[in-house]
Order: sequence, then structure tokens, then C-alpha cells
Amino acid sequence: MALLEVRDLHVGIEGCEILRGLDLAVNAGEVHAIMGPNGSGKSTLSHVISGKPGYQVSAGQILFNGEDLLAMEASERATRGVFLAFQYPVEIPGATTMNFLRAALNAQRKARAQTEFSTPDFIKRVREVANSLNIPQGMLKRGLNVGFSGGEKKRNEILQMALLEPSLCILDEIDSGLDIDALRIVAGGINALRSSERAMIVISHYRRLLDYIVPDVIHVMSKGQIRKSGGKELALELEACGYAQFEDAA
Amino acid sequence: MVAVQETVERVRRIDVDQYRYGFETLIESDKAPKGLSEDTVRFISAKKNEPAWMLEWRLEAYRRWLTMTEPTWARVDYPKIDYQDIYYYAAPKPKKTLSSIDEIDPEILKTYEKLGIPLREVAILEGVEPPPGGEQTPNRKIAVDAVFDSVSVATTFQKELKAAGVIFMPISEAIREHPELVQKYLGTVVPTSDNYFATLNSAVFSDGSFVYVPPGVRCPMELSTYFRINERNTGQFERTLIIADKGSYVSYLEGCTAPQRDENQLHAAVVELVTLDDAEIKYSTVQNWYPGNSEGKGGIYNFVTKRGDCRGRNSKISWTQVETGSAITWKYPSCILRGDNSSGEFYSIAISNGFQQVDSGTKMIHLGKNTSSRIISKGIAAGKSQNTYRGLVSAHRKATGARNYTACDSLLIGDKCGAHTVPYVEAKNSSATFEHEATTSKISEDVLFYCVQRGLSEQQATGLVVNGFAKDVLQKLPMEFAVEAQKLISISLEGSVG
Amino acid sequence: MKQVVTKTAAGRATDNVFAAAHGRLPGSGLVAHIRARAFEAYERAGLPQRIEAWKYTDLRALMGAVLPLAPRPDAAALVRAAASVKQTAVDRAVKLVLVDGVFVPELSDVDSLEDGVAVRSLREVLEDTTDSAMAGLVLSTTTDAVISLNAAMATDGFVITIADGEAVKRPIQIVHVTTGSLVSNFTRSYLQLGQGAHAALVESFVSAEGASGYQTNDATIALVGDEANLSHIRLAADAADAVHISSSIIAVGAKAKLDFFSMTCSGSVSRYQGFVTLTGEGSKLSANAVNLIRHKQHVDTTMVVDHAVPHCTSREKFRAVIDECGRSVLQGRIVVRPGAQKTDATLTTRALLLSDEARADNKPELEILADDVTCGHGSTSGALDGALVFYLRARGLSEKDAQALLIGAFLGEAIEEIVPESLRDFVTAQTEHWMQARR
Repeated sequence: MALLEVRDLHVGIEGCEILRGLDLAVNAGEVHAIMGPNGSGKSTLSHVISGKPGYQVSAGQILFNGEDLLAMEASERATRGVFLAFQYPVEIPGATTMNFLRAALNAQRKARAQTEFSTPDFIKRVREVANSLNIPQGMLKRGLNVGFSGGEKKRNEILQMALLEPSLCILDEIDSGLDIDALRIVAGGINALRSSERAMIVISHYRRLLDYIVPDVIHVMSKGQIRKSGGKELALELEACGYAQFEDAA
Repeated sequence: MVAVQETVERVRRIDVDQYRYGFETLIESDKAPKGLSEDTVRFISAKKNEPAWMLEWRLEAYRRWLTMTEPTWARVDYPKIDYQDIYYYAAPKPKKTLSSIDEIDPEILKTYEKLGIPLREVAILEGVEPPPGGEQTPNRKIAVDAVFDSVSVATTFQKELKAAGVIFMPISEAIREHPELVQKYLGTVVPTSDNYFATLNSAVFSDGSFVYVPPGVRCPMELSTYFRINERNTGQFERTLIIADKGSYVSYLEGCTAPQRDENQLHAAVVELVTLDDAEIKYSTVQNWYPGNSEGKGGIYNFVTKRGDCRGRNSKISWTQVETGSAITWKYPSCILRGDNSSGEFYSIAISNGFQQVDSGTKMIHLGKNTSSRIISKGIAAGKSQNTYRGLVSAHRKATGARNYTACDSLLIGDKCGAHTVPYVEAKNSSATFEHEATTSKISEDVLFYCVQRGLSEQQATGLVVNGFAKDVLQKLPMEFAVEAQKLISISLEGSVG
Repeated sequence: MKQVVTKTAAGRATDNVFAAAHGRLPGSGLVAHIRARAFEAYERAGLPQRIEAWKYTDLRALMGAVLPLAPRPDAAALVRAAASVKQTAVDRAVKLVLVDGVFVPELSDVDSLEDGVAVRSLREVLEDTTDSAMAGLVLSTTTDAVISLNAAMATDGFVITIADGEAVKRPIQIVHVTTGSLVSNFTRSYLQLGQGAHAALVESFVSAEGASGYQTNDATIALVGDEANLSHIRLAADAADAVHISSSIIAVGAKAKLDFFSMTCSGSVSRYQGFVTLTGEGSKLSANAVNLIRHKQHVDTTMVVDHAVPHCTSREKFRAVIDECGRSVLQGRIVVRPGAQKTDATLTTRALLLSDEARADNKPELEILADDVTCGHGSTSGALDGALVFYLRARGLSEKDAQALLIGAFLGEAIEEIVPESLRDFVTAQTEHWMQARR
């Protein structure tokens, strides 16, 4: 059984259909890349999997560990192990990153009937991960993402991902707004989290990211459907010919 | 954060209508007959064994009150109050003369236990991060003067305070034991003629706290009073008077709760603070009186006059308030900056949910030279509530070098509530420098989704955002209160999202 | 007690004024009825005193009583008025002149009106018994007493309609001139800007040489059509001892834009009050004001911006410079009605106090009844920055020039957004003239 299985998914927003019969299966241990031009429905897919309100699912199914994900509240999906690294992480003035991390981690551990971290253990754990991602301690004491640069926000997303230890990571345009050094750090953080129990879906519009995070499978998306799937060689094909060749396929 | 975690659990445990402090203590009580007349005033004064001058003072206030009309300028709307349908005095019936705290009616002590107020023990709360710059003080002591309906039932830590020369006692006792101090200061900050509710209070106040800190003394502990309204249809009219003599310092905490009732209960307190040269008073309030139910029925009418007079040079008065309760709040803790170089502060969090109406703010009256003031107000409106900040900053002609900074921020939760800002900024000399800023924001759906995607409930997410929004003010509270306040903030917003 | 005396005196004198003006007020039948009702409303309230909307301007105390209506100007008065009109004329503008509350075609440029612009005098409209609907609209009132008084007493003004899609090239300038002393005049104008039309309306208030101690009360009602674009500019430079009250009530349609600018630089007591309602989605308001205050002048600018529908933007910048014993009042209220989501509204009021006797009262209010909005206000008051003055002095400027430069910078933000641009120089020249005359 695949970890995530999307079957014939049709999704609209405000009456406009965006996903038009999308199929996708991701197994534990795999990294899938979804590539596609702007407006192809990549971000919509990530939002629907993670349960963002405002979308209407008119047909299809999303199964996660064989369970109906669409029937679950967004926070339940999170506690079951679905993690979305946001393209545009939000700012919460006054709520420090540290407090936010603790609230999120303990909420999840509690939902999974795990014991909550003690304060010293929690701080130790956060420090370790933060160091590996080059996140200075000072940043953790500031309001969540407040005054963070684009790169800092993205590193903060990876920090959360590392702490929450999800089984499915969806990375929505994690490379946008990053310079090459920041991209290396972020990709390093992501690669360190690859494991046989965990699956990842890397959404991007640039092939560059795949030089740093090498996927097992690449999907090309256009007009709300997956038009083509293949190995990493597909990236080279895209590089050479662009997305146009997939527009009218299928 | 542990506090947030606790909050979350508390929120889970209660329903929208389940006011945490909505319990009633069944004890016999001693009430004055219903209604207000000269006889009521005489009854109260006699109950308190007051000297003749005090009775005269009350009667004068009462006669003046008869000539006054209820103010209507605040943005609050409530049915007309029948002042003859209220009990003006209710005291728990004393079974015998109390010689120690152990003899207090166990029912009352139980009430305080439920409130979480330690009457005997030192309050040690743990698990919160101290505010930046604030030191961790695990063994801080709090002396509690508890006002149960109208009478102070217990005053703890009397001995230690006495050694320091600090007088901390119910004002009814102070009138008998320290008449010279009371006569010298009572009504000098809030005159008996000040406003409708303050004048009413002057006539019928039943009890409250009195604090005198002698010159050069730093009060060895936080002083605290918990007010609680228990009796049905009783107005509560406390009177508090705090005097910080030259070079002294005192921090005073006030917490208020009331049991859940359908009737609206009137509360009209007066608080007067006086600081002489180089003295400082820090006054903190957490108010969580019954706000009424989800249909807007019941709740406390809270019409309070609080004012501090920075009478001496270099003196300072700082008000911090967390207002989460009451059906109606009408409250403007103010500072008269009379002494040269004196300073005033007002830090406020005002939360309204359900059908609550809050009209609160401050007045900073700059009279002395080089006086400064700072106002940080955080208004949070949810449900169908109306939340108004109303503030005055004024510099008189001779208040050269006056400075003020004001920031009032409003956070709206939902589209059925209202947040209003009404500042009055009056400069009467060119060297006064005033700055005022106001913003309005909401909890965006993106922020909620972000938090929910990390596994938090919407309620937790809201608590997190609101506590972040109010952080600047929370940090000004003494630590014990900060914990309580954080919990209250989340509890008060229960049912506001989703 | 002064207040008690003026209260009775005010009531009686006004009564006489209305009764005495009876034969001079155009309109009969329905119009006369509307006027009588408006006057009753005024009488019930009296001149504003101790009411929140007029908190810092106690008109009963400042004005005492309403003076008798100014007589129709005679030939000599018109000659004196002509000189003032000439001085105040804005470049390229089509002038419409009111002298002592009476339309004077000889001093106006009625013949130069562009196609699509129709102008009738208020008198003509009120006397036209076939169009009582228009008369009723033009005489609209609010709960404000001085607006009711204006509706009762207005002798003349203009009803201007601009056709849909018309882009009027030349500004239309209404010039109010008072020639008499110890008299009052009441004028009222109405502007209807058609869908997609563009126009600029300038209103100037001046006195003729020798006029003193008069009172002027003007009201403007403007309807800005969908996608239309109106620049509304008012320039008040009344006699040093005059009382000036003017009110405007403006409704702005969908995707329309209103650029408002107001300057008051003379008069002993001035109150401008604007009530702008953004009635169509996507409309934009920019409202700036500059008040230059000295002697014992009292200048009050009050504006209420009502966001009645979603997706509208308003930007307000009020600046006051106060010298000598001047007194400034800047009040602004932003109202966001329930459901007016995505409102974006800001207001800043700033007062610069140049003397120890100067006084500034600011009251910037927010009344927010929708949650998805960006609203804010800021307010400052204070003296010129001594460090900046010193810096300029160190570069060789005189104290007065250094101050003038900094005052100019303080006002610049409000002036540089004036539309049409051609008026910026005119306004800047006025501010420089004011600074030159500083003692």
C-alpha cells in the first residue's frame, strides 16, 4: 500500500476547476518531484492534501496510510504526519519561534499519545537541529518569522519539519527566493531527513532544485493533471524542451 | 510554552457558557435593606463603626450624587439601572470575633481555594519564562487582602509588613486606626464630586484596601487584593487608597471575579494613588468578572474610577490592566503628572467577546515640567462585542518638555464585532512632544491555517496569536499575574473562532 | 456668565435674521417648507456647544450670535469685489463668482464653460417650481446644526452637472467674496459628476478690502459618479476677523476617485467639516489639509470618512502650523461599516507649534465594524526640531529662513499631492507668503 494515494482528484476554487482528475501514488522512502508551469495546480494539490479551507473537492479520493484524508480536519492530518512547508510562511508577531515550536510539537505528541518533551530536552533538541541548519539562537527568540529574510523563513520551515518528524513532507516551492548558499543549506536539511519511513513531495517550477534534492520520481504537471512521470532523466528533457510539449498531452 | 499548554487544557475543559468562577458560596450574610437613602449611608457607616467625620463625608457625597446624572458619553449601551433595587451592603455574618486566619469561615476559604488564591501560602508559580530583563524570583511573597463582597475577611503577612512600617489593611480599619492619614488623602485624587459613579462610591463604599508606605521603604512583598462579588443583587463599592511616601515603592495586584448570575450586578469602585517625591506605585489588575452568557444575559457592570496623582518630583505611577470580564467596562485608570519629572504609564489588554462592551483607556494629564507618559493599549474584540479605547493626553501651558508616546492596537476576531479608537491629544505648549499611533488587524486565515497545519487547534492558534499580540503588555505584569492573564486571554476567547 | 447671555442672544438674533431674511430667500412652496423645517432643526440644537463633533470648537462662545444677512451688493461693492476676484483667480480656471451671497454673472466666466458642463445658479433652481426634486436634493441636511442653518438661509450658489464621460479641462472655480462688515452670508452649491467624468472644482473664500467681522457659512454637496474623478480644492483666506464655516457632503461612486485638498490661512474662527461616504466598491479618497494659524485664530478641520462598502481606500493627511496664540483643531474619523471588508484607510494629523502660546488639539478616531481591514492613524504634535534648525543655521540661513524651510518641508507632504498640479505652485506661494509675514 502506498503511503499517499491520490485518485482521480477534481478540485475547484470559487467555481473554477483547477485539478482535473489527478492521480498520484507515493511510497514511504520515496522522494517525488512535481514540476510544472505557474497555474498548473501544484500549490493547489499541496493545499488540498494538507486541508486548507476554501477548496471544493468535487470528485476523487486522497488516501493516507489507507485512510480517507479528506475526512480529517487539517490539524488531525498534521498530527497523523502530513507536513506542508509553505511557499509563503506567515508571521506571528509576539509569539516566539521557540514557543510556537513547543506548542506545535506538544500538540502533535499529545495527539499521538506520546509524552510531551520536558523543557530542557526540548531546548536541547531545537538547538541541535537549529545548528545543523545554520539558524542562530537569536532567531528562535524572535516573533515567528517576523523580520526574517526569505532564506531564514525557509530554513525555519525545515527546522519545523525536522522537529515534528512527519511521515509525509510536502515542500511547496521551497527554493523560491533563495540564493545559492541558502538553497544548499535548505537542501542539506531536507536530504538529512530522507529516510525509508518518510516520503517527500517536492514541488517546484525550477529544475535547479533537483540538482540538490535528487528525486526518485519526477512528475510533470499541467492544467490540473499529471502529464508525464519518469526518473530523474525527465528533468533533463524538461530543461531542453520546456513545459510546452506537455500542455496538450493526455 | 507551558502556560499556553495549560491554557489549552483549560479551554478544552470548559464550555462557552461555563464561566470558570461561576460558583456561589452558601453562607449567611448580613445585608443592609435594599435601596439607597441617607439611612443606607448611615447604616453602612454605623456597621463600620466610623467616626462622625467619615459619616459626614459620605452624606455630603450622597447629597451631591442626588443632583448628578449618569454619564452617557461612553460607547456602551445598557438598560437603565434602578439604584433603589440594589443592596448596598452585604457582609458575611461573623460567627464570632476572628483572632486569626484559621477562624475564617471555611466556606469562604474554600471559595478562595477555588479561585486559586492562596490565602496562607506563598504563591509560587512555575513554568513560565520570565519577561526579558525580569529576574526569576521563585520565592516571591504576596500579601493578600481579600474583599468578600463588602468586607475584608483576611489580611495576611501583617507582621512582616508591620516590621517594614508598611500599613496594609482594610480601609474600614484604617479609618479608625489611622484617621490622620485617611483624612489627609482620601478624596484628594478622586474628589467626592468627580463623577456620577465615584460620587456614589464615596457615599456607600463598604470596604477596600488601604496602603501606606513610609519614606524610603521598598515594600518587601507584592500586595494583593482579590475582589469577589458573591451576594445576589449587591453592588460592590470598594474604595482603595494607596500612598507611597517620599522615595518609597510598592507593587499592588488586584484581581476580580464574580459568580455567574443572571442579573446584572453593579460595581463602582474608586482607586486613589498618591506618590510623593521619588516614589513609585505599580498597580496591576486582572479583571475577569462574569461577562454574561452567550446571549448577553447577566454580567457585571463595571464603572470604575481609578486615578493616580504623581504629586512629588520624579515620582512614577504605572497602571497595567488585563480586562477580560464584565458585561460593561467603563474604566480609565489615569495619571495626573503634577510633580516635575514625574512619569505615568498605562499598559492595557482589553478583551471583549460575546456581547461584552468595553470602553476603557486612560488620561495622562501633564502639569509639571519634563513629565513623560507612555500608553500601550491592546484591544481584542471577538463575538458580537464592542471594544473602545478612549484616551486623553494633555499638556498644560506650564508643562514644558512634556512627552507622550501612545500606541493603540486593535485585533478583530470575526466580522460581527467592533473596535474603536477615540484619542484626544491636547497640546497647550510648544515644547510638548506627543506621538500617537493606532493600528487595526485581524487574525488572518493564512495564519490560522499555518498553525493548524502544524497540529494546533484553531483555539490554540488564536490563543497563540492573541498572546503574541498582547505580549508587550503581558511582560509588564508581575510574573504571577502574567500566567493567570495568559490563561484568561485564551479562556475569554473561547468560542470566538470556527 | 457669558455663556448664558450669548445663548439667549444667539437664539433671538438668529430668529430675527431668519424672519428678516424672509423676502430674500429664493424658493416658495416646498422649498420654503424645507427651509422652515431646516431652521426648526437648527433652532432646536442652536449653535454647537458641548457636543462631541464640535468638542474643541464652541461655536456659541466663539461666534456669539448669527449676524444679519448681508444686503445685495451695490455697484461700489462689486468694484471692490472685482479687485479681490482678480487676485484670487486660479490660472486657467472658469470663475463663478458669489459676492455677499449673490451670483454675479458680470464677474464670472459663464461663457467659457466647456461642453458637457451645465451651471445654474442656486436661486434659479430653487425658484424653478417644475424641478422641486432637484431643490430638495440641493437643500439636503444632516444632523449638524450649521448645515441645517445653511439650508434655511442659503441665498445663492451653483448647481453644476457634468455629463457622463466628460473630461473637463479647465478647473471650475467658485469665488466667494464678502464686501460687507458685521453681516453674514449663506451659500450652497451642488455638483454632480457623471459616470467616468473628470473635473476639478476649486472653492475660494476671500474678502474685499475693508470688509470685516463678517460670518460666512457655505455648504457643498457633491455626487461623484462611478469611475469619475474629482479634484476638490478649497482655499480659505477670509478677513482676519471673520468667522468661516464650511461643510461638504460628498458621496463617491464605484471605482471613482476623489482628491481633496483644503487650506485655511486666515479668518479668526474657521471650521471646515467634510463628510465623505465611499458608496461604491473600489473607490479611492485622498484628503489633505494644510492650516496656517496665528494671532488668536482658531482653525478646526474635521473630516468623517465613511467606508460603507468593501474594497475602498482612503488616505488623509492633515497638517497644522500654529504660531503666536493660534489654536488648531484636527479631527478625523474613519468609519468602517459592517461588511466593508478589505478597507484600507489611514489618517495622520500633525501639528507644529511655533510659539509657547500655541495650542493644538488632535482627535483621530477609528470606528471599525469589519475585520478584514487595514486601518490606522497617527498623530503628532511638537515644536520644530532644534537640531535641524541649528544645522541650517550653521549653513548660513537666518533663523526665520531656517524655520521657513522646515515648515515648508512639514507641509510639503500634503501639498505635493494636489491635483491638478498647476495648483501646487499657487498653494506653495500662499504658504510662503504666510511665512514671510511671520514676526
